[in-house]
Amino acid sequence: MDNLIIANRTFRSRLMVGTGKFASNAAMVAAMEGSGCEIVTVALRRVDIDNPHDSILAHIDREKYLLLPNTSGARDAEEAVRLARLARAAGCEPWVKLEVTPDPFYLLPDPIETLKAAEILVKDGFVVLPYINADPVLAKRLQEAGTATVMPLGAPIGTNKGVRTRDSIAIIIEQAIVPVVVDAGLGAPSHAAEAMEMGADAVLVNTALAVARDPGLMGQAFRKGVEAGREAWLAGLGKQQDRAAASSPLTGFLHN
Amino acid sequence: MTEGNNNMQLTINGKPTETTAGSTIQNLLDQLRLDCRQVVVERNRDIVPRQRFGEEVLADGDTLEIVHFVGGG
Repeated sequence: MDNLIIANRTFRSRLMVGTGKFASNAAMVAAMEGSGCEIVTVALRRVDIDNPHDSILAHIDREKYLLLPNTSGARDAEEAVRLARLARAAGCEPWVKLEVTPDPFYLLPDPIETLKAAEILVKDGFVVLPYINADPVLAKRLQEAGTATVMPLGAPIGTNKGVRTRDSIAIIIEQAIVPVVVDAGLGAPSHAAEAMEMGADAVLVNTALAVARDPGLMGQAFRKGVEAGREAWLAGLGKQQDRAAASSPLTGFLHN
Repeated sequence: MTEGNNNMQLTINGKPTETTAGSTIQNLLDQLRLDCRQVVVERNRDIVPRQRFGEEVLADGDTLEIVHFVGGG
């Protein structure tokens, strides 16, 4: 079986799904089911004391899905560590998608604070999946610090632009000793397939599913994209070249 | 009702809030109609383990963060 293994835990699906921005909980659940995902991300926020509503957990089957809390909203390492510990106190397994994004316009991760937080959280027993820019040197440093994956961005969060950081992600994959999860910016199943064809171990998608007219169907489409890309990678893709190379025999033409 | 001797001031999620003196965290959550299984509470920056909600008595001036999971990527 071609399984994804993160921190000694085995997953059949290579597609992780974010739960933000869905029009309804039903749409979110449809996307999760359509995608076949086994890992879903959630965020931690203040309860609206004046208008409390149901926790999202009421809609996520914890037997079926591993909850991966993120540290979104953290502007530095200290805030990220605080959020991770709060999430663990909520009764989650100590897995965390580490994100430190002080810049509100492009939501690009702060590499220095991310590394700092990763070192603290790894020592504290967390399984750390850090969201990073596609920086191969940073990816290496994080792996040395003991992170369970690296999660380089394809393009800024929510932009649907695809794998714009392709060349750097290729280097990260080449050098990786932990699974590489391409996260952010994947707007179409073809983008997910592209990342997987390059040898990424998994991808994480949220916006593309949340904004789809039919999130369940889009979940299925991404599942197929991820599976197609993975199978192509395993099968071995042909090399690109500039000159044509005939597929039909170059002998026995009628004009010879 | 101007004495306020029976009340204490808390800051919850950044907002000043009044509650009965001697309340535990569990009392406060009940008052706010929050399910204790779905929230995490930080008191003066320290996480309070859920099993201590019933015994942890709040003090005047405490700052609380009450958080829960929401959708996120």
